Amino acid sequence: MTHYRSEMSEDDDDRSPPLDLRCAAITTVESSPSTSSSTANKTRNCTSGSGPAEFQVAYPDQVLENVLENVLCFLTSRRDRSAASLVCRSWFRAEAYTRSELVIGNCYAVSPGRATDRYKRVKSVVLKGKPRFADFNLMPPNWGAHFAPWVLAMAKAYPGLEKVCLKRMSVTDDDLALLAGSFPGFKELVLVCCDGFGTSGLAVVASKCRTLRVLDLIESEVTDDEVDWISYFPEGESSLESLIFDCVECPINFDALEGLVARSPLLKKLRLNRHVSIGQLHRLMVRAPRLTHLGTGSFSPSDVVAQNDQEPDYVSAFTAAKALVCLSGFREIIPDYLPAIYPVCANLTSLNFSYANINAEQLKPIISRCHKLQNFWVLDSICDEGLQAVATTCKELRELRVFPINAREDTEGPVSEVGLQAISEGCRKLQSILYFCQRMTNAAVIAMSKNCPDLLVFRLCIMGRHRPDHVTDQPMDEGFGAIVMNCKKLTRLAISGLLTDRAFSYIGQYGKLVRTLSVAFAGDSDMGLRYVLEGCPRLQKLEIRDSPFGDVALCSGLHHYYNMRFLWMSSCRLTRQGCEEIARAMPRMVVEVIRSEDEEEMDDNVGILYMYRSLEGARDDVPRFVTIL
Amino acid sequence: MEGGVAYENDLNLKATELRLGLPGTDESEQQSLICVRNSKRPLPDAGNECLPKGKSDAQHQTIPAAKAQIVGWPPIRSYRKNSFQQKKDEAEGHGIYVKVSMDGAPYLRKIDLKGYKGYPELLKASENMFKFTIGEYSEREGYKGSEYVPTYEDKDGDWMLVGDVPWDMFMGSCKRLRIMKGSEARGLGCGV
Repeated sequence: MTHYRSEMSEDDDDRSPPLDLRCAAITTVESSPSTSSSTANKTRNCTSGSGPAEFQVAYPDQVLENVLENVLCFLTSRRDRSAASLVCRSWFRAEAYTRSELVIGNCYAVSPGRATDRYKRVKSVVLKGKPRFADFNLMPPNWGAHFAPWVLAMAKAYPGLEKVCLKRMSVTDDDLALLAGSFPGFKELVLVCCDGFGTSGLAVVASKCRTLRVLDLIESEVTDDEVDWISYFPEGESSLESLIFDCVECPINFDALEGLVARSPLLKKLRLNRHVSIGQLHRLMVRAPRLTHLGTGSFSPSDVVAQNDQEPDYVSAFTAAKALVCLSGFREIIPDYLPAIYPVCANLTSLNFSYANINAEQLKPIISRCHKLQNFWVLDSICDEGLQAVATTCKELRELRVFPINAREDTEGPVSEVGLQAISEGCRKLQSILYFCQRMTNAAVIAMSKNCPDLLVFRLCIMGRHRPDHVTDQPMDEGFGAIVMNCKKLTRLAISGLLTDRAFSYIGQYGKLVRTLSVAFAGDSDMGLRYVLEGCPRLQKLEIRDSPFGDVALCSGLHHYYNMRFLWMSSCRLTRQGCEEIARAMPRMVVEVIRSEDEEEMDDNVGILYMYRSLEGARDDVPRFVTIL
Repeated sequence: MEGGVAYENDLNLKATELRLGLPGTDESEQQSLICVRNSKRPLPDAGNECLPKGKSDAQHQTIPAAKAQIVGWPPIRSYRKNSFQQKKDEAEGHGIYVKVSMDGAPYLRKIDLKGYKGYPELLKASENMFKFTIGEYSEREGYKGSEYVPTYEDKDGDWMLVGDVPWDMFMGSCKRLRIMKGSEARGLGCGV
């Protein structure tokens, strides 16, 4: 689902080893024009002034740097850039001058000042903040990840900034106002899973960012300040190419929206919120027949429609939408209207029904037309039967997400191993799956591991905790073991169900490319975590909850933690002493112990451990429920 | 008795299982309940398997386990959970669910007005939910003694002070609640 830009995905391409840390140590490599490998000559100070060796060959060196800068412009991979910056001081400088996109995977790993000091000509910034488990209310709000210090620093350092993407950051209306006022050529604002701002902040962005092309609000919490933000877009032709606000829960001024769409000839992506009725959708589609991405809003009429009412011709609106490839919305769907989308199905590569409570019978006529579908998000209301229909038609499917209508633990559920097996047999090109169910079998998971060798992301959530294979009553070890064994490209894994240490030994043994691992209610002993920490060299993000891993297990990862983005462990068996030991042994790790609000401050048992590498040491915006060891 | 067979291996996972069920309740008991109530299946003999593993004909009434909800489990973001909860409740006619917002809080809550007998209970619950205190209500001066004032939006879209009208009338006209804070609350009778 192209909700996220590629840099937003959890499987980002940043496989940097502790290059960030070594940057602090980089410098005075003997700078001769011939590049030498730098490892032998690092010292502890970071200087960028010229050293004594340089002045003798100033002119050729300057030429070399100019040439280098022109070459390095073409280098886009962050990993390659980091490697280039380590070659010698002049390459370091050239790289710093030519990097235009800054991606900071953990906003606390580096300070805004340090980033803006090193990189002088940045046009695009991607910042990620809170850990993912914060999405599920596992930690009190106001933990941090404030955008404010960043926007302040960038306002001074990057007047030419064009693009900001934030994920899980705390953004206030004031921050948005500063952003809107500081960057005259600002083009793209993308806020994913952010909160702290409201419609008043949006209004400022709309009115002041005159060259805005992209305003994407994705799964963010937007406070209803009762400001009609859509009306703040200036009159005259707009350069908007993408307007995504399906997560905004407040009513929208439709007339203003319609006017905006009418004067946005470049608009390609439009995702409406649930306050837009199907009748209003029709009017917008007529205004924007060249859309490629459409979020349909409520997909139901605003009032009860009587039998003889004249309704707009939805079918012809969709027929005219020849460029449409990505369809979502359906927030309050009345299934009677579904046939309207038949004309676009054959072209769809992406379909998001994850808010549409439809059954298999309602799905079948749609999905049977979607031959090109690659991304499909859906609710389990379609049952195993609906998944079988998907498997029959969608041979190009790359990503599937099945969400539960009833997010509760239950013995029965509408989807099961039957659906998973069917998908594995029909959709051989599958790369990414997120599947919520109440029951599962090892056999189906093993089948998927064999049928879908291209899997990169396998996330199975058996909602009943500690639930075994419901046919054999065995733990789910063998199923997940087969996944890591057979899916050789696997980079992201989420496990669930009844799991013993054996499952972890499989992961450690075979999961050599795994970068992200999510564990909940699994394992028997410290060995489980040790297998993973000792066996998975590429592990970057590890999030664990409610599993019996203690201090000994935690210590077994000391050799690896600097290679990781973060480690999260909540409701495990960690003690304060154990965490303090880690903090002592690893000065460049920030070790946060987070309490839920009613916990005692000096409690020996650690509720939540969240630790991450950082160049800055303890952050200065710690709320009272966080202790940094 | 065959209970959740997960507990039959020597790992004795049951001892370490994290559950919030009442002490003494058991999955096995719940499963036998299910069997007993299903009239389509003969009652099990002693020693026979009670639960048909995965081959059930889904016709029987499952009594969902009355387990308490674990925080953050299953891992679904709350706005997804809430999208369907609201519709379900509206469809089933359960409760009068209204949103409650508090100035400065990062997210809203939802409460069922039917769950309270009157204003004192409602206000107490709000205080607990958002961790603040409301002052004393008086008809003349509104809420005195605190910088928080409970207000609600009525059917006409107006923002009213909570407590002025009889409880039943309030339940019928309240669309959403908002705990106002500080200077904004002045003028609505916060008496500060």
